[in-house]
Amino acid sequence: MEYLSIFVKGIFIENMIFAYFLGMCSYLAVSKTVKTANGLGLAVIFVLGITVPINYLLENYVLKEGALQWISPEYATVNLSFLSFIMFIAVIASMVQLVEMIVEKFAPALYGALGIFLPLIAVNCSILGGALFMQDRQYPSIGEATVFGLGSGVGWWLAIVAIAAIREKIRYSHVPAPLKGLGITFIITGLMGIAFMSFMGIEI
Amino acid sequence: MSTDTAAAPKKESLFSKKNRRLLKDPLDDSNPITVQVLGICSALAITVQLQQAVIMSLSVLFVMIGGNVIVSLLRNLIPDRIRIIVQLVVVASLVIIVDQVLKAFQPDISEKLSVFVGLIITNCIIMGRLEAFALANKPGPSFLDAIGNAMGYAWILLAVSIVREVFGSGAISLPGMGQVKFLPTEWFMSEGGFYENNNLMILPPMALITVGIIIWIQRSRNQSLIEEN
Repeated sequence: MEYLSIFVKGIFIENMIFAYFLGMCSYLAVSKTVKTANGLGLAVIFVLGITVPINYLLENYVLKEGALQWISPEYATVNLSFLSFIMFIAVIASMVQLVEMIVEKFAPALYGALGIFLPLIAVNCSILGGALFMQDRQYPSIGEATVFGLGSGVGWWLAIVAIAAIREKIRYSHVPAPLKGLGITFIITGLMGIAFMSFMGIEI
Repeated sequence: MSTDTAAAPKKESLFSKKNRRLLKDPLDDSNPITVQVLGICSALAITVQLQQAVIMSLSVLFVMIGGNVIVSLLRNLIPDRIRIIVQLVVVASLVIIVDQVLKAFQPDISEKLSVFVGLIITNCIIMGRLEAFALANKPGPSFLDAIGNAMGYAWILLAVSIVREVFGSGAISLPGMGQVKFLPTEWFMSEGGFYENNNLMILPPMALITVGIIIWIQRSRNQSLIEEN
């Protein structure tokens, strides 16, 4: 039940795009057609599902105050959390590279679909944001952290596919010229965010 | 031209036309937020209050100048294949400095900015300028480019946060001056008056709509920025 709650919360209530604006840059740049938006969205789910648990382990067994106790009790007071930014980003960048190589070798079909998006993802704020929120919220177990990662990824995918579908249609409408493209996308995203706010307060 | 470019450019070209353009263009014609679409995440998330926006702008200014100059100095040493990781490490180290300084001197603001200080690392405005400018230019122009783009970023942040704070809270809180109200206190509904703050402005979606409107105004004044579709 706990897992379901975290999952649903990640998708609807604490949506990466509508509540925290994370990954906005690629969201705006790659949302012109549904097909590419779908590919990037799936890649984000994939990478969030892998990097959040790895960063969770890193946080709890290396970086947090007293986390190094498992090596020897004398490290109980060591606090390396000031290094977390650089460690997280290094993990993310190298994981993305590794995932790219593994997928290319073992699942060429998947690589064909996600390949060009994977390098983009290392600098997508939603991935680092996922790791930092995980650190902030202190999930009790790695299972919950993984579910949180997947849920946020699905929320991001949902947002980018929805905006891409709307942008495909809006091409046929009479949008005031200065608002065309970027401007109207911002306003539509704002309206979608207002709609998503209606999920606030749902408890499962 | 080739012999003394190494020493001369900083002195000679600081006010040349090209360098002035580096400073001026990002304010309007190639604004990082409204035209290049870089660095949107933080621009939207921390614009509830003017104070946060100012601190964030200063942090980005520092990281951008540091990152642009360092990467520009290293540009001939960085192998092409691993440049992203090198850039991330440079930027992440600068962001750690900013984070530690904020935690030490501005703990309240640091608390409010929460994860967004860390997210400066993946703020696309920084990576974008490193990739597009610092990797191909000398430290001097890179320094100016960093200032220009950080200023372009800052003015949008300030504009959005002023609009949101004035309409959302009815007052701007300034350090040392407390809350500066724009209407007499007795006009507010909580004091028995008729004016109620628009709480929607504080919520995340209005940040998007405010930026959308800024883009609208900017592009109707500057028609060359209008997109085809």
